[in-house]
Amino acid sequence: MDTESTYSGYSYYSGRSRGSHRHGERSRDRHKPRSKDSRSEKSVTINTPPAEPLLGDSVVRGEQVQDDNWGETTTAVTGTSEHSLSQEDIVRITKDLEDSVGLDCRRYFTLTLAVILGLLVFLTPLAFLLLPHLLWPEKLQSCGTACEGLFISVAFKLLILLLAVWALFFRPPRAGLPRVFVFRALLAVLVLLFVVSYWLFYGVRILDSQDENYQGIVQYAVSLVDALLFIHYLAIVLLELRQLQPCFSVCVTRSTDGEMRHYNLGQLSIQRAALAILEHYYCDFPVHNPALLSASKSRAAKHLAGLKVYNVDGEFPAAPAEGPGNNAAAGLAHSQSRAMIAAAARRRDTSHNELYYEEAEHERRVRKRKARLVVAVEEAFTHIKRMQEEEQKKAPGDVMDPREAAQAIFPSMARALQKYLRTTKQQHCHSMESIQQHLAFCITNNMTPKAFLESYLAPGPTLQYSRDHWLARQWTLISEASVTSGLKDGSIFVLKCADFSLVVTTKKIPYIQMSEEYIDPKSHKFVLRLQSETSV
Amino acid sequence: MSTYTPGQPVTAVVQRIEIHKLRQGDNLILGFSIGGGIDQDPGQNPFSGDKTDKGIYVTRITPGGPAHEAGLRMGDKIMQVNGWDMTMVTHDQARKTLTKKNEDTVRLLVTRKSLEDAVKNSMGSYPRQ
Repeated sequence: MDTESTYSGYSYYSGRSRGSHRHGERSRDRHKPRSKDSRSEKSVTINTPPAEPLLGDSVVRGEQVQDDNWGETTTAVTGTSEHSLSQEDIVRITKDLEDSVGLDCRRYFTLTLAVILGLLVFLTPLAFLLLPHLLWPEKLQSCGTACEGLFISVAFKLLILLLAVWALFFRPPRAGLPRVFVFRALLAVLVLLFVVSYWLFYGVRILDSQDENYQGIVQYAVSLVDALLFIHYLAIVLLELRQLQPCFSVCVTRSTDGEMRHYNLGQLSIQRAALAILEHYYCDFPVHNPALLSASKSRAAKHLAGLKVYNVDGEFPAAPAEGPGNNAAAGLAHSQSRAMIAAAARRRDTSHNELYYEEAEHERRVRKRKARLVVAVEEAFTHIKRMQEEEQKKAPGDVMDPREAAQAIFPSMARALQKYLRTTKQQHCHSMESIQQHLAFCITNNMTPKAFLESYLAPGPTLQYSRDHWLARQWTLISEASVTSGLKDGSIFVLKCADFSLVVTTKKIPYIQMSEEYIDPKSHKFVLRLQSETSV
Repeated sequence: MSTYTPGQPVTAVVQRIEIHKLRQGDNLILGFSIGGGIDQDPGQNPFSGDKTDKGIYVTRITPGGPAHEAGLRMGDKIMQVNGWDMTMVTHDQARKTLTKKNEDTVRLLVTRKSLEDAVKNSMGSYPRQ
């Protein structure tokens, strides 16, 4: 019963046809699933000019759709994700390995530069003080009381500078950013220039002429250390204080499911803002669950599946996707897709009905499973009891530590929990080991069954789950403006990782003009509202 | 009812009503109730067209009483009582003016919307002063 379409050579078929799409574009009966599992419906590929596989890109998760133009195709949509996750893992690990080598090189390079600069900065005052003693000790004036007092001052200021630099700069790096951190680079250059100019002056005016006034030299060294402390103050202000005052409100949207959050940021460069946003992302956004996205993709497939364009005038554009020079064919294909859009708009579509009933059914199922789960967990928790100190000494019989207790009561709730996780499509987020660990943790801390269940009832932030869920540590920042330029009102950038992307838009917090109004506390006066009626 | 502009004389179409008080035991009663006054809240008045009007309005009429027989109706605004002005008085002053024990009859000037409409319809245009 298949008919060949003449103009393109693609064939199609109607699968387990409940309603046929054989006779042209209109198919009214297509969306009447006999079973509740509507994912098993067949879909037909349309040979529209963008010859892409029907359900998009190469990073499809959880589904295996074969875009087959040559014959019988069954679109099997599977819900399991173990298989695809392991592929993801491999991809990610290889990418991580490749990039981490490059990043480490850069990190070590900056680290060595910083260490060299630090050593230069700290040893310079000491060198200034020691060199006269080494080079012309006999000509040097002896150091009086005031001069020796300055030694103490130099020592303590150097100590303070050392502690301050350690506090500000020697922290474990949180991230590797794409471009160099502009403020740090500027500060390093400033310090270098400063120290070099001091050395120049010292070399020309003191070393060459072999100055005897040691107190002057000591004061020169003290002035160097003072200036370094002020540069450190500048570093604090530029690196830490400037971005504390909130200036922009950014809106972060996840591209797969539309989760949106708003944050307040100060004046930052785009890459630093992206870093701050990613740190918030791991804490605030619920974990990305690819299994929840399969339903909308299958619906999208069904929308396109019902229509087929016939060209009855007998023209044969060879392959509309070939050759950009084929203008006539391109125009024809363009009109075909427009015809299909128009037909799709006119067609009476009942897929909304399906969606409604499916969602209601799913909700009911989830609630039923949740009720069973809650009862099972509550019952399981009643089987164990914490032993008091005195009892522990008296009856060392069947005493268990938290881990063994957890293992003892876990089997009674395991099945209900497993079924619930399957229904809400979270089963790949939690392994048996992690569930038992969590149970032992809850038992140790005297938590109620409800407290134990909370982490399974709803998806939590990404940080809550095991390490392999954070594998997306490799993020790409996509931005039209330079990533070291500052945030501006209306700037948009995208943070992409392997599975999804975060779209970030910025808005400036408006300037607030506040005025005051004084109200005298004695000015609050009231009267009664009278409405009397008198008979005469 | 014409709205009151401060400084301008108030004009209205009025009807003269003469009520003879009825003796009930020790009291002389007229058979209606009043509401309003400059010390009252004009927004609560259900009969006035202009909710800032603080005049004296007739709120209830005892059916069969002297006021009803004389032609007073509910919702009338009392402009004068025996020549005394009733448009800018307190509620208590109005009550006292109406219930003077040494008077047997009161002559009221009352106005209502229907009077103005009737004059307007019959004359074609309201005569302006």
